Amino acid sequence: MLELVNITKNYNPGSVNEICLFKDFSLKVQDGEFVSVVGSNGSGKTSMLNIICGSIGVDGGQILINGQDIAKQKDFVRQRRIGRVYQDPSKGTCPGMTILENMSIAENKGKPYNLGRGVNKARLEAYRDMLRPLNLGLEDKMGVPVGALSGGQRQALALLMATMTPIDFLILDEHTAALDPKTAEIIMELTDRVVREKQVTTIMVTHNLRYAVEYGNRLIMMHEGNVILDKCGEEKQQLNTEEIMGIFNRISVECGN
Amino acid sequence: MALLLSVLEQGMIYGILALGVYITYKILDFPDLTVDGSFPFGAAITVRMISGLGLPAVWTLPVSFLGGALVGMCTGLIHVKLKVRDLLSGIIMMTGLYTINLWVAGTGYVPIFNKESIFDNALVNGIFPAFLTDFKNVIIIFVITMAAKYLLDWYLSTKSGFLLRAVGDNDTIVTSLGVDKGLVKIVGLSIANGLVSLSGCIYAQQQRCFEISIGTGAVVIGLASVIIGTSMFKRVSLIRVTSSVIVGSILYKACVALAMFAGISANAIKLITAVLFLLILVISMDRKKVREC
Repeated sequence: MLELVNITKNYNPGSVNEICLFKDFSLKVQDGEFVSVVGSNGSGKTSMLNIICGSIGVDGGQILINGQDIAKQKDFVRQRRIGRVYQDPSKGTCPGMTILENMSIAENKGKPYNLGRGVNKARLEAYRDMLRPLNLGLEDKMGVPVGALSGGQRQALALLMATMTPIDFLILDEHTAALDPKTAEIIMELTDRVVREKQVTTIMVTHNLRYAVEYGNRLIMMHEGNVILDKCGEEKQQLNTEEIMGIFNRISVECGN
Repeated sequence: MALLLSVLEQGMIYGILALGVYITYKILDFPDLTVDGSFPFGAAITVRMISGLGLPAVWTLPVSFLGGALVGMCTGLIHVKLKVRDLLSGIIMMTGLYTINLWVAGTGYVPIFNKESIFDNALVNGIFPAFLTDFKNVIIIFVITMAAKYLLDWYLSTKSGFLLRAVGDNDTIVTSLGVDKGLVKIVGLSIANGLVSLSGCIYAQQQRCFEISIGTGAVVIGLASVIIGTSMFKRVSLIRVTSSVIVGSILYKACVALAMFAGISANAIKLITAVLFLLILVISMDRKKVREC
């Protein structure tokens, strides 16, 4: 279980531009939940993910994983049990390395990066089998540098790489936002399949309300550093896009946007 | 003949330096000016060991490498732990090393003419028959350079080497893999400066002296070699980048030798270096632009 307890986060502390993003922000995510997070720009969605992953620090509060506080842990230590896919497809892969090399390096996560051979030739077929269901033809491009692939292909690979090793949490940071609608659809279906197969606890930030409604078993709407809507299970099933859009527009109007 | 041999010898010695610069400049994307200090540092260690301490010449190779690696580690620590900008970290180390080099070597000029060296010792003189004497240096340098190249090739194909390549490419992913990207940078800088210092070690023994000024512009020579090598052999996929960097270094030395042969004074060499480097940079940039269109 992941718990954020009384998180406080200020940007630019001590200056005239001081912005209080989170004040006593709390959230509980149960094991096995697939949470979609929506909200306008600046509502704190991505900051929340960054706080969980350790990319930014907090000014107060606890981040508990199964009761253990990880708020003081370094980002790279935390990310040993977290898989993350970014909005920018180039962040999840190494452009200068081949698909085979990328998958090899990802599969070694959690094990020491020692002087053993970087590529294990015996795994080549296994990697191909993982790529085949994507239907992107990547299995025939094992020796091609990832930088030569399209954004959608890279994002599919990034998603695969993030979930290759056993992880406790999958963090998706608007991972379909930079893709064309058709590719976004493919990636979203792939995401759903991976989450179901691996039974991994997932938090997905998205600006696509339809994805938020269709996928996952819990939906959260954030606004100015607070959770203003939290539906799970049955209640979530009954939500539809128009309803969410209505709430979304109302808060936006209140803000004067 | 003597000119050709000298170009090959110096080209390959600087080729090892270029391998180091290749790691920092191309793989880590770190403009490392430490090189101007770590190159003479290797030379200073070498003359101290041979002339001052009277140790066997072969020992200078591993000791110089380790010395250079230590220096690279310091640059890395300054950059990663103290959060000083990459360029400045190198400048700080380079400036400090000037004094340390003088201190290690004793003075700014230390000759080792009549001393044992890796090119002139009982073992080597026993192996090489008389008719190969002229080629002794070039053969020994070739063997060491190839050993350095193949070791680096091997390292870059290991898991640890993969991380090094990844950190320059996209350091976010290194964090995602649960590894401290700062540590990977420090390891990369250590290996790079180890190679540079090894290059300085061999250079001192080939020149049979240490001179404090040999470091000035070393990084530029390294960069020029890397850029010549990588842009010339870009389309030849059969040649490894490490090999092309060494060939780049030999070509660069050949250009300088030609300029000297054409009668340009030795005092002008740094200016020629700078102009050559500028030319190489501009030419290689032009190609990039054409490809982008």
